[in-house]
Amino acid sequence: MGRRVTRQEFLLMSAGAGAGVVLAGCGGSTTDLEKAGSGGKSYNGPKVSLSFWNGFTAADGDYMRRLVEEFSSQEKNIDVSMNTVDWEVYYQKVPATVQSGKGPDLGIMHITQLPTNAARGVILAMDDVANELNLKKSDFAPVVWDAGVYNGKRYGIPLDVHPLGLFYNKGTMEKAGLDPNSPPQTKDDYMAALEQLKSKGIQGHWMSPFLFTGGLTFQSLIYQFGGELYNENVTKATFNSEAGVNALTWMVDVVKEGYSPKDVAQDAEYTAFQNGKNAFMWNGIWNILELDTVKGLDYGVAQLPQIGSQKGAWADSHNFVIMNKRGQDPNKVAASKVFINWISKRSVEWAKAGQVPARDEVRESQEFKSLKWQPVIAKELPYVQFPPPVPGIGDVYTGSLEPAINEAVLLKKEPEAALDEAANTADQLLKENKQKYQAA
Amino acid sequence: MATQGIEQPHVQRPRGKTSSSGRKPADAGPLTAYLFMAPYLAIFIIFIAIPVVFGIWVSLHNWDPMLPVKPWVGLQNYVDLFTPGSTTFGPFWKSMGATGKFTLYSVPLLVLIPLLIALVLNQEFRGRNFFRATFFAPYVLGVAVVGILWRFLLDPNVGLVNYYLGALGLPDNIPWITALPWAWISLVGVTVWWTLGFNTVIYLAGLQDIDPALYDAAKVDGANRWQRFVNVTLPGLRPVLLFVITVTILASANMFGQSYLITQGAPGEETTTAIWYIAETGLRFFKMGSAAAMSYVLALALALVSLANFALFRYRGD
Repeated sequence: MGRRVTRQEFLLMSAGAGAGVVLAGCGGSTTDLEKAGSGGKSYNGPKVSLSFWNGFTAADGDYMRRLVEEFSSQEKNIDVSMNTVDWEVYYQKVPATVQSGKGPDLGIMHITQLPTNAARGVILAMDDVANELNLKKSDFAPVVWDAGVYNGKRYGIPLDVHPLGLFYNKGTMEKAGLDPNSPPQTKDDYMAALEQLKSKGIQGHWMSPFLFTGGLTFQSLIYQFGGELYNENVTKATFNSEAGVNALTWMVDVVKEGYSPKDVAQDAEYTAFQNGKNAFMWNGIWNILELDTVKGLDYGVAQLPQIGSQKGAWADSHNFVIMNKRGQDPNKVAASKVFINWISKRSVEWAKAGQVPARDEVRESQEFKSLKWQPVIAKELPYVQFPPPVPGIGDVYTGSLEPAINEAVLLKKEPEAALDEAANTADQLLKENKQKYQAA
Repeated sequence: MATQGIEQPHVQRPRGKTSSSGRKPADAGPLTAYLFMAPYLAIFIIFIAIPVVFGIWVSLHNWDPMLPVKPWVGLQNYVDLFTPGSTTFGPFWKSMGATGKFTLYSVPLLVLIPLLIALVLNQEFRGRNFFRATFFAPYVLGVAVVGILWRFLLDPNVGLVNYYLGALGLPDNIPWITALPWAWISLVGVTVWWTLGFNTVIYLAGLQDIDPALYDAAKVDGANRWQRFVNVTLPGLRPVLLFVITVTILASANMFGQSYLITQGAPGEETTTAIWYIAETGLRFFKMGSAAAMSYVLALALALVSLANFALFRYRGD
């Protein structure tokens, strides 16, 4: 210490203290906080400790923690402590803790959660971070960049994209007389492979009736058949369109044809894949981290096969967000931006945790290209899709489409009837959400 | 398991002298009683009374704590619950039905099986304490452990249960957790295995509280085992039985973790229980007004069931 405080710093600090008092009084002036700092280029305020929350509870958390430690050792005035909570609990806890002023300073959120949390005032807009760091749409996969915007403001800095891919068990394929090095990529090849597996007594593709992975499979297929989940204004569900019915019918037929057992329970397809009981699994790229630790499992990852008329894959994306914490110290917001920028540039380290970096320059780096499966999945980026950026859109899915897919794949309802009924419910939920978030 | 809020059954104690020294209770000022109650009263008011009243207020709004505007909707949230075609009507009553079914299937088993076990464990035999501990053991596990354990054991395609059934030459493709009625059989079975220890311990305490002289007298009168059970044991257990039934009904009606973890509500939303749907509506979809209204309907239903329960036992006894 002993260093004299410069006039500029003094002003900044008093502004900060003043703002703090005001904020504590009125419950937070969002715009002041959003403007804090120099947009993430550098931080020269007083020493701050940041609390960083995310849901990386598995091995991926170790990768993030290493990055956090490296950052903390380099930036003398910013100390970041990371806390992991199961995602589902995370999205319930964060709003409450942020509102009480005791929550994290920054965190990670899925791109599908950004609009809801923006509308509910949980997170701050970060347009200045994008501007100051000169981050442009052209730096990122366009689909990710656009999905981070809600009501004309940017709320997330994308870290990664994690699409659904085709996992294939080389051992099982070999046993059935299939070439383990050329996974099927077209509908004809895929069906032929399933038929061949079936003739050897192997049910090749276990169709899950749950969100993981049946729901993700449906969302990939509806894009492949040229459909969308909702109409353009997101006022009506369109997943019961012809494309949607085709998608779900294909899934149900996989079960009916005996390529999948009936009554697949949660995660059973994953267990079966590890034990070589099935050959193909449509699952998220993040699973490579755990599958690599399974002894005796020889597997590969490819793009999803094209079942419909075009390519398509479900994906989600982790985004950095800054919390709109009650009574927040602007210095912490400024420091958070520096942290986000730093990690974003080093996202190749994060890619090793089974992710595709959102930044083009990182994806094009030699280091990324030398990874085993991530670059394969990165090729899906031109055609991955997210649900529309509308608050509460996840609730609509859970309340309508999720049970419909479940009942259809469990052969309890016909695909079309299940989807029609769900679309009816979804329309009402969309309307309720619109009213709810418009009133705010 | 929500067993709080229910008082322990009155175990009869000899009523003799009360305190022997000091002032008589009558000398205490009127404040004394309140002072003794104060700590509990404070907790009760802060954590039960205020939330209960506040919940009514919440249920009259479209309430999202994070949104600045919480529109007043009057009784609309309640009206929706009773209007076919509203977004909450279908799922809510379906979930109430699921809770009702689970309660109906599990309570008789959880009342009877522990009673039988308690009767056996009340006998004198070697290793009695070992068995008492064994039957109680699952109860100490958390719902997360029980749920995940059984989800894997009961998996229709890769689970151990079907594997062993197959090894014994029995059907090995029973959809334990993905189809009805198997899903209910699994959920009830797991819950019975998990929680029977608690009821057993209560019964054991009750059994040991029955005066042995009554059995001797019955024997002298020539009563056989069954007659002794019906005329001595059951009446002796009456307060314990009332407690066990009430607590078991409430615990079953609060079922959430088992179906959340084992069946994930499947098939469709058949095993999604009321508590689950309420929690999802309020804490995940942030529609707290609607969730609060549902809570009151559920609470009212449970209050009625408990009242009927008490009335039934009083009628029989007196």
